[in-house]
Amino acid sequence: MTETGVQQAITRAHREEWARVVAALAKRFGDLDVAEEAAAEAFATAVERWPADGVPPNPGAWLTTTAHRKAIDRIRRENKRDEKHREAQMSYADDPPEPSGPIGDERLRLIFTCCHPALATEARVALTLRMLGGLTVAEIARAFLVQESAIGQRITRAKAKIKTARIPYRVPLAEDLPARVSAVLTVLFLVFNEGYLATGPGTDPVRHELTAEAIRLTRLMRTLMPTDGEVAGLLALMLLTEARRTARVSSSGELVALGEQDRGSWDAALIAEGHQLVRERLASGVAPGRYQILAAINAVHTSARDVRDTDWSQILALYDQLVRLDPSPIVALNRAIAIAELDGPQVALATLDRLEGKLAGYHAFHAARADLLRRIGLSRESRAAYDKAIELAGNTAEVASLTRRREQLG
Amino acid sequence: MQYLVSVINDNANLATPEEDAAIDVFNDRLQAKGYWVFAGGLGAPGTATVIDNRGGEAMFTDGPFVETKEYVVGFWIIEAPDLDVALKLAAEGSKACNRKVEVRPFL
Repeated sequence: MTETGVQQAITRAHREEWARVVAALAKRFGDLDVAEEAAAEAFATAVERWPADGVPPNPGAWLTTTAHRKAIDRIRRENKRDEKHREAQMSYADDPPEPSGPIGDERLRLIFTCCHPALATEARVALTLRMLGGLTVAEIARAFLVQESAIGQRITRAKAKIKTARIPYRVPLAEDLPARVSAVLTVLFLVFNEGYLATGPGTDPVRHELTAEAIRLTRLMRTLMPTDGEVAGLLALMLLTEARRTARVSSSGELVALGEQDRGSWDAALIAEGHQLVRERLASGVAPGRYQILAAINAVHTSARDVRDTDWSQILALYDQLVRLDPSPIVALNRAIAIAELDGPQVALATLDRLEGKLAGYHAFHAARADLLRRIGLSRESRAAYDKAIELAGNTAEVASLTRRREQLG
Repeated sequence: MQYLVSVINDNANLATPEEDAAIDVFNDRLQAKGYWVFAGGLGAPGTATVIDNRGGEAMFTDGPFVETKEYVVGFWIIEAPDLDVALKLAAEGSKACNRKVEVRPFL
């Protein structure tokens, strides 16, 4: 095999096998620290050995066996170093772990442990990207513009809490499952959103590595829980959003509003997959959750070849459904934007103004208001609203787009 | 595995008769299901005395070691297989005593 061939095999193995190796080791040794380090060592060994020895016929099994040996080595070393901890160590055997089927997939336990509600949200995010996604601490730090040491500390603290407080390594009971799945999806959505609308100055407005990672992990969740409606809904929502990625930022680095995007450059394959998922959920006849409704809204948008063909009454009906489930002011804001398309900007503005108390610190509120004021010809008021939106917006491409709109006011 | 479930109070009010009754029901359940280790209510922080005997001569100071708006007024020690079980019991306990609680593992 060529050098590039080996490189590709290692990259593919890392993408496909990392979570499986960590999960198998965590199950066997009951310790995330040991699992993470041994998995990292096994991949480092692959990088060293595969170019000379060739890629093994079953890379996953090779990695699991190697990681398993590394873990045992480490536990032996630690036992020697600290005899009094010997009793506290989990029991282990020398034979490699049993392969497990999709139903008992260890990765599912790993996801639920990393996204446990007793951990802080930011710790859940970092831990999930490290343990499931296989991102290095440096990569996570870069993605979130946080110091590497801070991410390292978050992960270390989370692992220590899991161990000391004994956060269990298992799939939650059926009665707890909806809430726990929702906690997992929150983490995945957070990762996606940070990639989709990256915050902070001096960064790319869209960080594809984060959206791609979020989609990959949500796909994994879908494989592990194929009948869960909200898992399907979140995946569809991500795919339909990701499909518009290249159309969302102009060549000059401005965020392009949905209505002004070049719909021909949307990714047809991702849209088809997203629509298929939405249809599957509609056919299930089960009342949809938040992500399924958001996915359906995006399905309506992506079904229109031209923005003028958008079925706004369908979108408003979906927002009405969403408001009943999630009466947050942000949902009400998006509903008001749909109202503007159906009943005109004046009506929408009245709805929007009732939200001011709750959304005064949210840039999208002022951006929406500025747009409505512009449409009814109130330039001065619109300019003030753009000023406020620009002041509050964190995304560089969004600031550029808002600034241009402000300049275009008469 | 044992967990300390501390009951946090943010005012000087004692438990009402209704709260006391709910706590009794919860305690009975803990005992029946084998989770019970120990429980107790505590006097107000003003009744605390701090002792420091690290220097050879015991020093006694009136009052809690740190004045806070919220303080521990009671606790349960429960035996639970893992944090998920402990959190569920703590949630029931919080409802019974009508106060916030904090869960911490024993080492």
